Amino acid sequence: MHLPALPVLLPFFAAILILYPWFNKRLHLQRLVAQFGLLMLVAVSMLTLFKTLADGPMGYAMGDWEAPFGIYLLADPLAAFMLVVTSVLALCTHLFACGGEDKTGRFFHPLFMFQLMGLNGAFLTADAFNLFVFFEILLIASYSLLIHGGGRERTRAAQHYVLYNLIGSAFFLIALALLYRAFGTLNIPDMASRAPTLPEESVPLAQAGGLLLMVVFGVKAALLPLHFWLPRTYSTTSVPVAALFAVMTKVGVYSLWRIHSVVFGHDSGELSDLGVVPLAWLSGLTVLAGAIGALASQTLRWLIANLIVISVGTLLMTVAMGTTQSVAAGLYYTLHSTLMSGAFFLVAGLILMQRGQAEDRFVRSRPFLYPVFTGVLFAVTAMAMIGLPPFSGFLGKVFILQAAVDSGDAIWVWPLVLISGLAALIALSRAGTTLFWRTQGSVVPEAKEKVSNVHLVASGLLVATTLVLVIGGGPLTEWSLRAAQDLHAGVTLNYLNGGQP
Amino acid sequence: MELIFAVTVGVMVTCSVFLMLRGHTFAVVIGLTLMSYAVNLFLFASGGLALHEPAILADGAEYSDPLPQALVLTAIVIGFAMTAFALILAIRARADLGNDQVDGRALPGDSLANKEPQGKIRQSSVSSTAKNTGGKSR
Repeated sequence: MHLPALPVLLPFFAAILILYPWFNKRLHLQRLVAQFGLLMLVAVSMLTLFKTLADGPMGYAMGDWEAPFGIYLLADPLAAFMLVVTSVLALCTHLFACGGEDKTGRFFHPLFMFQLMGLNGAFLTADAFNLFVFFEILLIASYSLLIHGGGRERTRAAQHYVLYNLIGSAFFLIALALLYRAFGTLNIPDMASRAPTLPEESVPLAQAGGLLLMVVFGVKAALLPLHFWLPRTYSTTSVPVAALFAVMTKVGVYSLWRIHSVVFGHDSGELSDLGVVPLAWLSGLTVLAGAIGALASQTLRWLIANLIVISVGTLLMTVAMGTTQSVAAGLYYTLHSTLMSGAFFLVAGLILMQRGQAEDRFVRSRPFLYPVFTGVLFAVTAMAMIGLPPFSGFLGKVFILQAAVDSGDAIWVWPLVLISGLAALIALSRAGTTLFWRTQGSVVPEAKEKVSNVHLVASGLLVATTLVLVIGGGPLTEWSLRAAQDLHAGVTLNYLNGGQP
Repeated sequence: MELIFAVTVGVMVTCSVFLMLRGHTFAVVIGLTLMSYAVNLFLFASGGLALHEPAILADGAEYSDPLPQALVLTAIVIGFAMTAFALILAIRARADLGNDQVDGRALPGDSLANKEPQGKIRQSSVSSTAKNTGGKSR
């Protein structure tokens, strides 16, 4: 009954608990509480997913205020999928951080939990202004996590990231004001039901608001002209934080699904398919920019950041296609790319801890302490990211290609997806050969202290999720199709209030 | 009324955009503050402007929309916190990078920058970050 509120409340209370002074000097207890909270979060997210798949979307009126006055949480299969993938990613990255990265600054654990609270809230909310509020929660937590550990390069990256996102937030508010003026409501299902019959004088306002909102989500998702913050931010921050941030770009894509494919979808009268053509162009160019960036990368983390740009571009192409199949394919690809980008950052963390001064730069260096384990993880993640069989990236890309055939967009989607795959293949083979085979001398002596078993277990676990995605590929694709259908069918205010759809 | 309101918001946004395009973080932060004021006013106007009407519900009278007021209140609080964070970060960057430029590179003749030449900015490393924060971590 209160299930949809739990993914927001659980990390919130865990964070508050850890903030108590008694926990201040007891780092192992902070870790324990956070890990326990994350395990609970995984369980709650799974439960939400299965319940929404069985019984349909669940609405939750906060404070029991009925729509259209109250704020609603809406747990549908799409949101539940995002909850599951976020909590699994968070569990593994947090475990990795417990290997020692959480000691390089204070308040890592509370910030991590607040970050999750913001993410989960953004996935669950059914109110556009509430989405803004949760965006700000996840952003302010991410600002602090970003500079966790300190250092000049990190401060510089954080400054760009913070100022840029503050401007983005101002645009978000302007867009919301325009939309409120046009629709008279900010409840997303209510907006969707009013969109087809919007009075003529409100249409330009709604169009301006919708397009401005697309710019804001483009900033979060790293759409082409707005993506320059991403590589530096992701490659300079600490490894577990970068791995968690793999889900941050997906929040932008998710919000586009949540608002643009519902409120400005195919049958919204004058507002139908708002901004789809520029989005298609820009998403294609994003993929190309990511591919060029990947080929030009000098360090592994910079390369992974560019691979994230490619995957975001690919996802935005599915948003631009706008069919049910494309959203389903995009959802499966989101699951894959979030988990694999996160896993890749953890593997990069293992690599840079073992290479001493050379870190993750593509230069000749000393051999690895655990060459086989690191090598296998690197190979599996790289193959998954490129989209080679038998791993999850291959399945994800095949679904996207199929969806492109069905929606008649094959002519521009196929070349882009395949070319970006080739670029990733070239870049990663070059990276792999340099990192693993161009070695000389003896093992770095301090690698033994730096790489703990926790690091190995955490990165191994996250990499292994690609196998789950492949083995469970059948049910997962069926469920993502269900999620896409539920998203496009939408819910009514009446349904949110407990009535019939 | 509408004209004055629109011109006010427009002028504030113009000034804030000018300030945000400056190189010094201090000017950028002031620009952001001005921008958030303008945005708050804009958000306030989304409920429609009315003169001499009761602020809350009254019998028979036209009343102003209460929701934008609630939205503005939330936006003010959030904007306040974010500006404070941006300011602190700017001070930290001034200390870490040795100058007040947004991209961390001092221009020749910058009176706000440290006098001694700065070392080249390198990719941050695990070892150097551990060193940098050794004093602050506990």
